[in-house]
Amino acid sequence: MSFLLWFIVIPLVCAFLIALLGRLIKNLGDVLTNVAGLSLLILSCYAVQKIALSKVITCKLGSWPFAIGSYLVADGFSVLLLVIVNLICFLALVYSLSYMVSYTDKWNYQALFMLMIAGLNGVILSADIFSLYVFLEVASISGYALVAFSTEPEALEASFRYTIIGSLASVCILLGIALLYSYTSTLNMNDIAMIIATKPQGQLVGFISVLFLAGFGMKAAIVPFHAWLPDAHSSAPSPVSAVLSGVVIKILGVYALTRVFFNVLGASSSLLYCLMVLGLISMVTGAFLATAQNDMKRMFAYSSISQVGYIIFALGLGTPLALLGGLFHLLNHAVFKSLLFFNAGAIEQATCSRDLSKLKGLSQRLPVTSATALAGSMSIAGLPPFAGFWSKLIIIIASLEAGHPVFALIAALTSIVTLVYYLKFQSGVFFGTLDSAFSQIKEVPLTMKIPMVALAILSLTGGLLLIPGFRVFLQSAVEVIRP
Amino acid sequence: MSEYFLCFILFCVGLYCLLRKRNIIKIIVGLAIIEYAVNLFLILIGYRTHGRAPIFSHDQEIQNMVDPLPQAMVLTTIVIGLAVIVVAVALAVRIYGKYKTFDITKIRRLKG
Repeated sequence: MSFLLWFIVIPLVCAFLIALLGRLIKNLGDVLTNVAGLSLLILSCYAVQKIALSKVITCKLGSWPFAIGSYLVADGFSVLLLVIVNLICFLALVYSLSYMVSYTDKWNYQALFMLMIAGLNGVILSADIFSLYVFLEVASISGYALVAFSTEPEALEASFRYTIIGSLASVCILLGIALLYSYTSTLNMNDIAMIIATKPQGQLVGFISVLFLAGFGMKAAIVPFHAWLPDAHSSAPSPVSAVLSGVVIKILGVYALTRVFFNVLGASSSLLYCLMVLGLISMVTGAFLATAQNDMKRMFAYSSISQVGYIIFALGLGTPLALLGGLFHLLNHAVFKSLLFFNAGAIEQATCSRDLSKLKGLSQRLPVTSATALAGSMSIAGLPPFAGFWSKLIIIIASLEAGHPVFALIAALTSIVTLVYYLKFQSGVFFGTLDSAFSQIKEVPLTMKIPMVALAILSLTGGLLLIPGFRVFLQSAVEVIRP
Repeated sequence: MSEYFLCFILFCVGLYCLLRKRNIIKIIVGLAIIEYAVNLFLILIGYRTHGRAPIFSHDQEIQNMVDPLPQAMVLTTIVIGLAVIVVAVALAVRIYGKYKTFDITKIRRLKG
């Protein structure tokens, strides 16, 4: 049995055990989730090493021959995302140890979380498009439940909207899969790509592209489909927000979109242009809406829309350099956006507030949180030498190289708007004199500090991935998707 | 051809219900109708005129059978659809407990 199967089996078994026994055995959930998270992280590092030797690893499920059976496959692109998913999820699980103490029924949360990890890993590894859909639904449904986990009225409302819009997106994707199957009579993504390449260009592929763009666009919260994201991501418990914003929208949205468009349907120039324009619109709209927010988690959620816009824009440019920049920004965004949501959770736990107008001068009382939040903010705003600067720089250079100077200018200006609202966050929360109401607050416990510090170090040193020795990691992902 | 058209009408009924209704239970019903329309579409794709059931056995010659794969897919999507409906209904129950109403226009505490 290949090790790829473990990526799905470990979290599924853990989810099952925790759901069954979590109520009876007190610390089972805490121990199992963290051990599983750590082992998944180690496994994904092992997968990176394996992929460097052999380009593609496959793992057959069941005893059917390759032509009709379904199997798991890992290549450079999927391995990059496996590392991101398992890293962020492991840190979120460590963070949950003390953050989730104030919630009841903690084992349900842990079971749902493991189920979500299984879904995300499954989406990344599945080789046929219907299993991709099934795992996508596993991840989404546990996401709906996790958003509502606090059962506050706002969380329920946000979760209901998310459920309805997410299910509509899934229906679009399923309809696309049905049409694709009727057109090519196969579900395997490689075979579909080969059959489409031999058939004459028809209207149907265009229609299927629109269905997939709408479906995955809703999951990725590209701007015309973004309405659910600020509600859902700001109402969820903070570790869940970190995973939703850092990982879920990228795997269910950006990864699936890229896989289907670049590897299956074939990226036509009109489609790439469409992605580029949608990316630009999300980038600008998300940034301006974020500046108007006073709730810090809502601000980060709008900022996610803006940063995903950068990634989609880079994918739309389609040149190898732009794809490198896009994937690097995807990695960086996962790191610093999770970090910022962890910070927001720490501030909320210490002060019971996340309103920017009420907080002030917290850097004296929360030194670790404020230092890591500064690293995250500077990275996302694109200040050198933080990782976010390098990825944005590559995207802008690639845009100039591809002959779109106006778009490059818009991307650069949006980066300045990003700096503006992160300065608003910093000055609102950490700078200034401390309010007497907050003079007694304490820094968060150690298990919440560790993930924040780890991510802050990663967002500072992430730029090292571009030096030639490490660049293979990103380059092998680009090789898989370049058109 | 007419069955595809009827399937499309079913889809549109569900979409109308999802977009225009104010009662959250009716919205969930709309979601269920859309899912059924897509399931029906999948079955129609696999259908062959006068095709027989796709049962594999050694003494039978296989000819003109309906495509079994969409049927297997539909079984999976029915289960997924059930899970989505269960989550949505559970949320609706909790929302009613907090807001004392099913009217989506009155459930508006989130802004911006």
